[in-house]
Parts: sequence; C-alpha cells; structure tokens
Amino acid sequence: MNLGVSFRIALRAMAANPLRSLLTALGVIIGVGAVIAMVAIGQGARAAVTERVQSLGTNLLSVFAGAAQTGRIARIDQVRTLTLEDAEAIRAEVPGVTGVSAEFSRQAQVVYLGENVYTQVSGVTPEFQSVRNFKAATGDFITDADIRSRAKVALVGKTVAGKLFPEGDPIGQRIKIRGITFTVVGVMEEKGSAGFSDRDDVVFVPLSTAQRRLFGVQHVRAIHVQIGSSEEMAAAQEALREVLRRRHRLSPTQDDDFTIRNQADVLQAFTSVSQTMTVLLGGIAAVSLIVGGIGIMNIMLVSVTERTREIGIRKAVGARRRDILLQFLVESVSLSVTGGVIGVGLGIVGSRLISRFAGWTTVLSAQAILMAFVFAVAVGVFFGLYPAQRAARLDPIVALRHE
Amino acid sequence: MIGAGREGGPGVMPLIDMRGVDKVYRMDGVEVHALRGISLTVEPGEFVAIMGPSGSGKSTCMNILGCLDRPTGGTYTLEGTDVTTLDDVSLARIRNRRMGFVFQSYNLLPRTPAIENVELPMIYAGIHDRRSQAKAALESVGLEGRMWHLPTQLSGGEQQRVAIARALVMSPSIVLADEPTGNLDTATASEIMALLDRMSRRGITVVLVTHEADIAARARRHVLFRDGRIVHDAPVGP
Repeated sequence: MNLGVSFRIALRAMAANPLRSLLTALGVIIGVGAVIAMVAIGQGARAAVTERVQSLGTNLLSVFAGAAQTGRIARIDQVRTLTLEDAEAIRAEVPGVTGVSAEFSRQAQVVYLGENVYTQVSGVTPEFQSVRNFKAATGDFITDADIRSRAKVALVGKTVAGKLFPEGDPIGQRIKIRGITFTVVGVMEEKGSAGFSDRDDVVFVPLSTAQRRLFGVQHVRAIHVQIGSSEEMAAAQEALREVLRRRHRLSPTQDDDFTIRNQADVLQAFTSVSQTMTVLLGGIAAVSLIVGGIGIMNIMLVSVTERTREIGIRKAVGARRRDILLQFLVESVSLSVTGGVIGVGLGIVGSRLISRFAGWTTVLSAQAILMAFVFAVAVGVFFGLYPAQRAARLDPIVALRHE
Repeated sequence: MIGAGREGGPGVMPLIDMRGVDKVYRMDGVEVHALRGISLTVEPGEFVAIMGPSGSGKSTCMNILGCLDRPTGGTYTLEGTDVTTLDDVSLARIRNRRMGFVFQSYNLLPRTPAIENVELPMIYAGIHDRRSQAKAALESVGLEGRMWHLPTQLSGGEQQRVAIARALVMSPSIVLADEPTGNLDTATASEIMALLDRMSRRGITVVLVTHEADIAARARRHVLFRDGRIVHDAPVGP
C-alpha cells in the first residue's frame, strides 16, 4: 500500500469528523503557534537590547566614581576622587585607547520663558560625540574653545527641546540653568529610551562650565573610554584600573573607589538573559505542543475503537499489520502536520500582531519555525505510534465481529 | 496447482484439505472445544453449504478456512500449501489473492463509494491500475450504474452485490460466504444465490454457511456440523 493511498484514507477520515479533527489539531496549532511567537518575542528582545547597548558605543569602558556595592554605585556624590586629570592620564597611559570623554551630570532646573523642566544637565567634552556615539542633529556640539572659555552654551536633547520649544527653532534661544543664562547652540539627535531612562531628556553644556559655573565642583562623575578593538578590552580594563589605583594612592588592601563597567559585559549579560528567556518561553510553549500530542493520541485511540470493524474488513481482504500501522500513523501525522501548518501561520501572524499592538520587537527565525514544525510532525509520529500499533495488532475475527 | 492426486479425482489435488483440525479457545480459564478433529476436503469448483446450529463450530471452521484463524491441532493444506505454519504476512497474502469473503452484514467501508470498496483488496495487492478491474467486477454483479454510491445510498441487496464484486475482483480460487442472505428478503436472497451459483459454475469454489434449508438447497454438497464435529457430508441434487 503506497503513501498516497494512505493519505487519501487519512484525509477522508479527517473530513468525516471535521470538528473533531480541528479540535484535535488545535493542541498542535496552539503549541506550534506559541513556540514561534514566544521565540520571536525572545529573540526580538535580544535584538532590541543588543541594538540599544551597541548604540551607546561599542568597545566602551565606563569608569564611575564610587565603588560598586551590590550592583549600585554608592555614595556617588561624596566620591570626589575622579577628575579630569585622571581622564588625561588614562588617555596617555592605557594602551589601545582611541577616545576619552569625562562627564559631570546632575539634575537641575532648566527654564525658558514661562516653561521649566527638571532634567539632567551633563557637562561633557567635545569627544563625547564620538565616544558615546551621540551627536548633535542640528547646530554645533561643544568645542575646545567652549571648554577653555567655560562658555555658557548648551545643547538640548529631543525631549527637552520638545518641552521647552514646542514650536520654533531652539537654536539661538536663551535658557536659564540654575539661574545662569545659556545660549542654545544645537539640538541632539534622538536616542530613544534605554530601559526606563529617557536618554533624550538631557541638556549638554561644556564640562568646565558645569564644574565651575553651575555646580562648583572639581571632580567628574564618569569617564568613558573608547578602546580600539574588542580584543584589547580586557588588557585595557586592567591597565585602566592600575592607573586609577596608583593615581588615587590606594594601598593594596583598599577597595577601588571607582567602578569600571565594560559595555561588552553588559551586552553579554543582556544577551544571556534574553537567551534564557527565549529558551524558557520556547520551553513552556513546547509543553503545550506535547499536550497537543496527547490530544492526538487520545483521539486516535477513540478512532481505532470506532473503526475496529473497518480494520477487520481491511485485514480480511489482505491488509498486513504494517499496512494498518502505516494507515493510522499517516492519519495522526496528517493531523499534526495540518496543525503544524496552521500553527506556523498563526505564530507568524501572532508575532506581527504583538509587535504592532504591544510595540515589542519580534524577530521571526526560520530556524524556530522549522524546528516547531518538525517537532509537530515528531509529536504526530510519537503519539500516533501506540494507537496505530493497537490497530495493527487487532485480531481480524474479533475486529469483524465488533459492533 | 496441479499435482499428484490423493483422495480427489485422478491428477487433481483437493483445493482444501483439512485433517483432524482442532480448535480450542480459552475463555476465562475455561477451555472451549470449538472444533473436535474435523476432516474436510473440497475440490476446485465445488459449491458447499455448511450447516448446523449456533455454536456447532461452523463459523470457527469458516475462519480457519479463510486463514483468519489458525487451528490448535491438525493440518490445513490449501492448494498444496500447509497454511497452519505460515506467518501473519503470508496469511494476509493468501486472504488477499486466493480468498474472497462475503459476510452477512456486507462489511463495506462506510463513507466509501462502491467502486473504492471493490478496489480495496487491490490496494493491498499493490496494484496501481485498479479502476478498470473494479468497474468490470461491479458490472459482473449488475451495479455499473451504482459505482459512486456510498453504502448508505444502496439497498441491502446492492450492498451485498458490492461485497461480492469485492470478493471477486482479485480472481480468487475460493469464495467464503458467511450467511450472505441472512439480512435479505427472499427475492433479493435468491438473486444473491444466483450470483454465487454462477461463480461456482465458472470454477470458483464456493463455501457457504447458512442455517436456512432453502438457501442450502442451492448448493451441491451439504456439510452438517454439530458440537464441533461433522455429522453429515453428502452431495445433493441430481
């Protein structure tokens, strides 16, 4: 008996009970659809996080003032040991450095005419643009001349620009930061949000202006160090630490009074988290696929009982055990394949809908789709095998007498 | 299968040769002797009616004759082959190529047109070009106009004729008919018997199980079962 005939018989059996066939396949439909959608969500999250972390600048080492304590930077305002001179020393002494950007940031009131916003004011150097990969969209960024003269110029982030200057060009306008008048010389490009923080809710001023005119400090909050290649990262991080410990005169028993964060580490941490999430989501979805398989097995067992007489007739006219086995196996696989095909469609449509309505990035992977489909077929074979064997083993005399 | 004759006519081997066949069932630990050492020979082209009360062993005998069941003792030689020792695959092959079955309840596949029911044995024989043979078989039982009807759209007599066409389509040497007219009215039963009679005249051995005397009268040999034994075996008619 060839497969074509088996498929025709299987389709006829499925068509004889369309609702039952659909309900049976539904388990697989939901399973396959869920696997595809869940993996798409997981991989989408990973892609989004990777993109955001990379947009912060790759091959980046960030040094923050203060030691890391259980994940957060402690007593950040009290630590005044990190300075612009440290930044220059890093540039001179650490191998592989291609850019250094020191920064001092604090929340402050920014006023334009009647409007005022409480936002982050960051004092930065001209190198900030290239090191943090965050550039002026219009106007000019802070220049070396601005640093030298402690110029009262500012660039506004997109969010701040939107709040203070809902219509009209911000460039050339005068704003007040902590009561001091600044001239807006540019608007930053849009960066979007990183996690819960809006990276466009910021005002940039020259570092020297921030330190001396605005906040009256000598130190910096963070130094961002760009490294030439990712291979040099580990060595650079170690060298950087030594430079800072020496400059801060820390004895070997003392802890670091700074924290170095490696962008690659951050990226890797995010990636492994989203990887785990993908596996977890996919795994939960796969369980529903197995439940779908049990549904198929259940219905196939019912079907074998219902069609005992048919099996008897087939055996009487010459069907061998393997013919009956094949027929019922083809039937359960047809159910699971039908479910798989519909499930793939549902998964694709589902992930599109999720990205449209929930705003999550979803990434459909051919690999996940193929895997879900193959798994569905395997479920059909695995859970169809026992009912098919039961059918094949029926005694023809008993089967023929079955009412 | 022509070989040296034993008990049959000179030069002709009996088609069916059962010797001392026993069948013992075990039901809930109790042994039931369905057949007690029966011996039966049937020559090619015979038309035999097996009769007997319920539980006399005639159905068990038919199952063994049809290679649906194996005897627990004795030998059964079919066309010179001892089938008691064959495996399931070989028995399925014999049922497929050498046997045709006609049942009391027709046993057609539901939701399957007449023509495809007739094609069923050919599927298991691995024949690809089935349609023309199946059509010829349906024509031979007078159902050329009903080929695409489903069993539920056919009368009892028509369903039984589809079953006969299915039994004939592989050109078997034996047709086993188990109460083929049991569910039919007298006129239709007579038509079915005429078909079986025509078959036997063409050289196909027909073995018929019945408990109706007028149906058995159409056969040319009567075998009577009682308590698992053959108590009467004689030709009838002129």
